[in-house]
Amino acid sequence: MPINPKDIEWVEEPSMNFWESTYLPAVFDGLRTTGQHVADFHPVTEFYPEQKPDLPSHYRGVHRLNRDDKGRVKCVACMMCATACPARCIDIVAQDAPKDDPHWADRDKFPKSFVIDELKCIYCGMCEEACPVDSIELTNIFDLTGMSRQEMMFDKEKLLSVFDQTKDSANNPVRTHKGKLGHASDFTNLHTLGPATTVRADDRSAKANSAGVIE
Amino acid sequence: MPTVIVNNKPVEIGPSEKLNCIQAAERAGDTIPSYCWHHDLSVVASCRMCLVEVGEKKPDGTIAMQPKLSPGCQTPVKDGTVIVSNSEKVLAAQKATLEYLLLNHPLDCPVCDQAGECGLQDYSYKYGRGYSRLQEPKNIKPDKDYIGDQITLFTDRCIMCTRCVRFTREISGTAEMQVVSRGTHEEIDIFPGEPCNNKLAGNVVDLCPVGALCSKDFLYQQRVWWLKSKNSVCPGCSTGCSITVDQNEDVLYRLKPRENPQAQGSFMCDEGRFGWKYAQSDRRLTLPEQRSAGKTISRDWDVVLSSLGTTLADLSDQKSGAFVVAISPWATVEEAYLLAKFAKDVNPNARLALGPVRTVGEDDLYPKDIHGQPSLPTRFTIRAEKCPNRRGVEAVLNHFQGEVVPFSSVLGDVESGSVDTLFVLGGDPEGWISEADVPKLDKLKLLIVQDLLGSPASAKAHFVLPGAAWAEKDGTFVNHNGLAQAIHRGLRGPEGSRPDGRILFELSGRSGLFHAASLRQEIASQIPELAALSVGDLGEFGVSLTSAAKTEPQPVG
Repeated sequence: MPINPKDIEWVEEPSMNFWESTYLPAVFDGLRTTGQHVADFHPVTEFYPEQKPDLPSHYRGVHRLNRDDKGRVKCVACMMCATACPARCIDIVAQDAPKDDPHWADRDKFPKSFVIDELKCIYCGMCEEACPVDSIELTNIFDLTGMSRQEMMFDKEKLLSVFDQTKDSANNPVRTHKGKLGHASDFTNLHTLGPATTVRADDRSAKANSAGVIE
Repeated sequence: MPTVIVNNKPVEIGPSEKLNCIQAAERAGDTIPSYCWHHDLSVVASCRMCLVEVGEKKPDGTIAMQPKLSPGCQTPVKDGTVIVSNSEKVLAAQKATLEYLLLNHPLDCPVCDQAGECGLQDYSYKYGRGYSRLQEPKNIKPDKDYIGDQITLFTDRCIMCTRCVRFTREISGTAEMQVVSRGTHEEIDIFPGEPCNNKLAGNVVDLCPVGALCSKDFLYQQRVWWLKSKNSVCPGCSTGCSITVDQNEDVLYRLKPRENPQAQGSFMCDEGRFGWKYAQSDRRLTLPEQRSAGKTISRDWDVVLSSLGTTLADLSDQKSGAFVVAISPWATVEEAYLLAKFAKDVNPNARLALGPVRTVGEDDLYPKDIHGQPSLPTRFTIRAEKCPNRRGVEAVLNHFQGEVVPFSSVLGDVESGSVDTLFVLGGDPEGWISEADVPKLDKLKLLIVQDLLGSPASAKAHFVLPGAAWAEKDGTFVNHNGLAQAIHRGLRGPEGSRPDGRILFELSGRSGLFHAASLRQEIASQIPELAALSVGDLGEFGVSLTSAAKTEPQPVG
């Protein structure tokens, strides 16, 4: 659609006065800034890679797969991360947990294979948001290199080794120690949940003091 | 006509129809949520999800409502019945019911196979509260991983709707499943030493509205929201169960029955449900081949098809009976038509025969009584004829050949040496010829095999054309009852194989692309027995050939 001429406002450049037209105030103003830097002895140059930058803990770098308190992979292979991933770089093959093994008694499902293509990944952190057990996390390892594409396909062992490397570093705290599926399955420490959705004012049952009793 | 009033909307029902409130509300376009009710099973009204307000409109116009809520599934409607499913009282009851159903539910949706198609998830979202007020430890029951060879039970997720128990008692009649214990300790279980391994057992997994009963075959293979479904028809027997084909990235993961009152009802048998693995076996033919004196000449589609075309064109002067085309009852109507027409065009003396019709035992009728004998009324039949489209292929053969020549007589002629050229359109995963009969093919001068799986016979053939499995092609199957149903291409086959219809379409030198719906109209205009196909698009439930509806052909595609 063409612009209506009525909507156009023409602005004229303000005219310069005598001193401005000599350009001298602007020249001295620039020299003043230069002089300030001459007097300032704080260096701004970063000596990478001799000095590594101090990144904040929410920096999104290479992924890791956390371990639970038994040393097993915490991931339950729910594939929420693969569903959320906009780059489709996560490939998980699930398997049912060994039924007879007491080590796996509290788990139904675990990842047989878990591969992240670090070259496809856009490091958006959606996988971390989607994970219901806080298993996948992004570390602040950013200087990732590899000699081949295959090397950049991080499998389960490699992702767990990233966890072992980074779990004790101050910038990569293990954010949760819960290994179960959300609050509801955490039976020993169950507390009343706040409403996940807003409660309507006319919801009589939500206001009831005890379950099932509706005034 | 009796009139029912659903949420102030009057709905007319048939004079002799026996409906409950849920069905009547469905007519009115309203949904009453339910778990335990299923239209093919008896009513128990145990889940309490379908509680509604029910009343009656008196002849003088006054409305008297019952003071308590009634389960909609158990309340039949009659003229003047008033149903209210959206009042505050009903909504509060639905919320409370869901809260109770979820009291002991582990809420392990991320690892549950049902997540995404789960009744608890859907209804919690639609009718539930969104949070729990329970502060006590949950009552968690141990999983039972052997309900049957194909079924595992996550006991803690169960909501005790007992659909599975009623299915094994009423539809399969085998009654392996039961409810043990009482009250909050209730559990689904099998009778000791009686696993649920009947031929309809897989249906209990579909019936389960939550993730309690899971199929071991599909367990943890895929998240269901990744699957793409296409309507299809089970090729396992001539019952022709309506199914959906669920695939992701060209890998078939499961078949599910699709409700079709004209075909089989709501269920399907385990032979069909788990019997499709051949379609992804490494025995699949994946490249066309032209051989001469045992040596490969070409494996390129263009070369093989064009030299097959010229070879067949040279046969035009062959004497009667020397050129035989066998069309398997696994072929679709369209493929049978294309091949039959092509063969008759090439050589009017060509003899068309029906490929071997595999039958196994007797028709298997359900429900069974305690002695394993079928009892009436029959609710489900697994047919002995293990091919999907005998009637469709026979209709085509009757039109082009005037009779249906059985494959055994063809094989006799081949053995005696009176047949020079044999074109076999296969598709049966069990093969079209037994290994002992393969030497009978030695006298043939030219053997052309279009098939799904490699076999000793295809190893002998001069031309091998790798076809597609039923889930990989469009077409029509006609079941035992004359119901023509459309199958749809749900996934692509292995690289190098092609849908059979496309192969035959190109071989006959037709212009354009294979399009099942237009071809159906062409078939309907030429073969009176298949006139009902003139609608082109057969819809979800298929078209019966016997009640040949004479409708004007609709433009399709």
